[in-house]
Amino acid sequence: MSEKEVDEHSGVETTGHEWDGIKELNNPLPRWWLIVFWVSVIWSIGYWIFMPAWPGITGYTKGIRNHSERENVAVAIEALDAARADDTRRLIAAPSMEAIENDPDLLQFAMAAGGSLFGDNCATCHGAGGQGFKGYPNLNDDVWLWGGSLEEIKDTITVGRRSEHPETTNTLMMAYGRDGLLPRDDITALVDYVRMLSGQDYDAEAASRAAPIYATQCIACHGANGRGDKTQGAPDLTDAIWLYGGDRRSIYDTIWNGRAGVMPAWEGRLSEEEIIALSVYVHALGGGE
Amino acid sequence: MKNNVHRERGLGNDGAFIAAFLGLGTLFWLFVAGRAQDGMMAFHAYIFIFAFITGLFSLLFYATGEKPENETGYVTSVVKAGVFASVFWGIAGFLVGVIIAFQLAFPDLLYFENAPWTSFGRLRPLHTSAVIFAFGGNVLIATSFYVVQRTCKARLAGGLAPWFVFWGYNLFIVIAATGYLIGVTQSKEYAEPEWYADLWLTIVWVVYLFVFLGTIWRRKEPHIYVANWFYLSFIVTIAMLHVVNNLAIPVSLAGSKSYSAFAGVQDALTQWWYAHNAVGFFLTTGFLAIMYYFIPKKAERPIYSYRLSIVHFWSLIFIYIWAGPHHLHYTALPEWAQTLGMTFSIMLWMPSWGGMINGLMTLSGAWDKLRTDPVLRMMVVSVAFYGMSTFEGPLMSVRKVNALSHYTDWTIGHVHSGALGWVGYISFGALYCLVPWLWKRKDLYSRGLVEWHFWISTVGILLYIASMWVSGIMQGLMWRAYNEFGFLQHSFVETVAAMHPYYIIRATGGSLFLIGALIMAYNLWRTARGDVYTPKTKTIDTASAVPAE
Repeated sequence: MSEKEVDEHSGVETTGHEWDGIKELNNPLPRWWLIVFWVSVIWSIGYWIFMPAWPGITGYTKGIRNHSERENVAVAIEALDAARADDTRRLIAAPSMEAIENDPDLLQFAMAAGGSLFGDNCATCHGAGGQGFKGYPNLNDDVWLWGGSLEEIKDTITVGRRSEHPETTNTLMMAYGRDGLLPRDDITALVDYVRMLSGQDYDAEAASRAAPIYATQCIACHGANGRGDKTQGAPDLTDAIWLYGGDRRSIYDTIWNGRAGVMPAWEGRLSEEEIIALSVYVHALGGGE
Repeated sequence: MKNNVHRERGLGNDGAFIAAFLGLGTLFWLFVAGRAQDGMMAFHAYIFIFAFITGLFSLLFYATGEKPENETGYVTSVVKAGVFASVFWGIAGFLVGVIIAFQLAFPDLLYFENAPWTSFGRLRPLHTSAVIFAFGGNVLIATSFYVVQRTCKARLAGGLAPWFVFWGYNLFIVIAATGYLIGVTQSKEYAEPEWYADLWLTIVWVVYLFVFLGTIWRRKEPHIYVANWFYLSFIVTIAMLHVVNNLAIPVSLAGSKSYSAFAGVQDALTQWWYAHNAVGFFLTTGFLAIMYYFIPKKAERPIYSYRLSIVHFWSLIFIYIWAGPHHLHYTALPEWAQTLGMTFSIMLWMPSWGGMINGLMTLSGAWDKLRTDPVLRMMVVSVAFYGMSTFEGPLMSVRKVNALSHYTDWTIGHVHSGALGWVGYISFGALYCLVPWLWKRKDLYSRGLVEWHFWISTVGILLYIASMWVSGIMQGLMWRAYNEFGFLQHSFVETVAAMHPYYIIRATGGSLFLIGALIMAYNLWRTARGDVYTPKTKTIDTASAVPAE
């Protein structure tokens, strides 16, 4: 322990303590520091007086403002619903969705609501712009598995496809190889047949060998000319649009393992007017029929 | 004990106690390994068995070894081990941080379907625990063992107990880290390790407390130095936080899974009471202790104000403990608790800044050293970052500000200005001081390399926090943007896509910080070896060149 001394540089006395050569100056608390500290304390006490703050045995101090964030949110949601009530009512009351498209004001509302709903509910699989990904249909083109009219789109959203909804459609592409429905040779030959249908290069011999197999196994859904069937969600094999890829490997995988992509049903999760707005939005994305 | 005759050392009470403990522990873990309910528990049981048996053999070697000449001076060996562990874990933790930063920027490139341990979800707690508990914890243990001896003029208490603390703590780190990778977690942020790892840490921590208190008890100074108050508050409070937050019922004594004693919003509040005070008492008071010793030592100036150190110490620890609820604004937590969390956070501003004032004003009379001493400059910049993030913290705790900042990258930026700037730099400063002192070298291998470290990592920190401010505020504004009908303007995925460039900048900043740490590791290694960097001069004449000594 050393004696109190005066620091040469600052002229301030030390406390007289010393630890491993470290001393301490006896400076007072900085005035501005003390003032800001007390101001923050006084401000906090003021805040407690106005706002809910201290718990007791059976409740808590409510504060002069009687502020409740939960009530504020409830009021704000009510106000929002009230502000939208007119447009929402008109969405449901509209004789058809075509009528909504023909009413510029209502269309603007439906597009705003639909865009927001699409971003929150659909963009995860279909992409923010509806461009789709492998296994998740592109909604911007004019190719529709289950139909692209307003009513067909609404039906797809409402009951889903291969979903849990009782009215959903459950047709699917069977796993011809995995389930042993066709031998491997037949499947490789069918790949060439499908490539022929879609106008890609193919082995003519294999394709002709596959023709009778196609006629017995595939024709029921994809049709004699391969144009597909929207009532069964069977894709058109003649266009250049592929949900799972049109190269040999992907076509082979599709026939071997089958495909059964799921579109969830939104009935019950979204309200009727939300589904209507979403249908109008998706229809307007580009390729509505 | 007083004669210096060479003889077999024997174990002593401390060693015998540790040996008995490790022996019983081995039996316990053999039992667990035999009845393990899951593969993860079996794996950890074997790690414990391996570690305990290694410990027993080390004790055997120690007991039959020769008694060294000096067993009365300061203990430095365990501090040296702590320095080594700090650098090792620091680099490991920064590296994992860089990896997960790149994973966020390029999720599809860095996704390995068949290696679940490489997923962001497993690596993220590895990063946070490695930097906070492995790096930060080892720095705190090593510096506290060094500082408490010097400022008390007393040898570290407990004989072999400090070694038990060091190895026990690092065993906890290994259990925690391997656990994250194989999927052991209780899903509490910064408290992910399961019940058995928590119990082990509790034992180690209590021994740590006794070593520290025992050394203070033996002190030959009449007063307890301020750094030791801060270390003690860190040790005591972390013990309390750790025990309460980790209260849980294991499903089986031989299984890794447990269920928390709390549920719902009580669980959330306990968790954030813990996590916020881990910031307060691990990352703040612990590192303030480092500042209170290393800055005055390095600047060779007295602490600016004794009175300020007392007032800001007590106000800091009384107020900090209330601030946790500000992590749960606008949640199921009752509003009154949010009010208290917010107001106490505001009142915490000046107590936090008391440490900054004392750190910076201690430089008064030695400001010129900032130009010549890059180590001191690093510590002073650290205190500046401390001041910045302890202002930003109260600001973000205000409910209206939090409404924008919560869940965004702004929080990540805030944490890293404190973690990289304050905790990182004060630790680097302490390590740059400790290595020459412990290995008795005149100076560091190269001051030039410290300059490189300083500038490269400072640019890294600035890139990191600036990109996260922009990204976070943009994210918050996009989330709350409405169109004229009150519908959300942006989908969530659009906000994610908008953050991509900032994620790349952040990963770049983190990489620079890692490069700086690697430069430090090299410099410290050469310093410990006793090398001194001699610059090659261009005008050297081969004929008159003399070989180095």
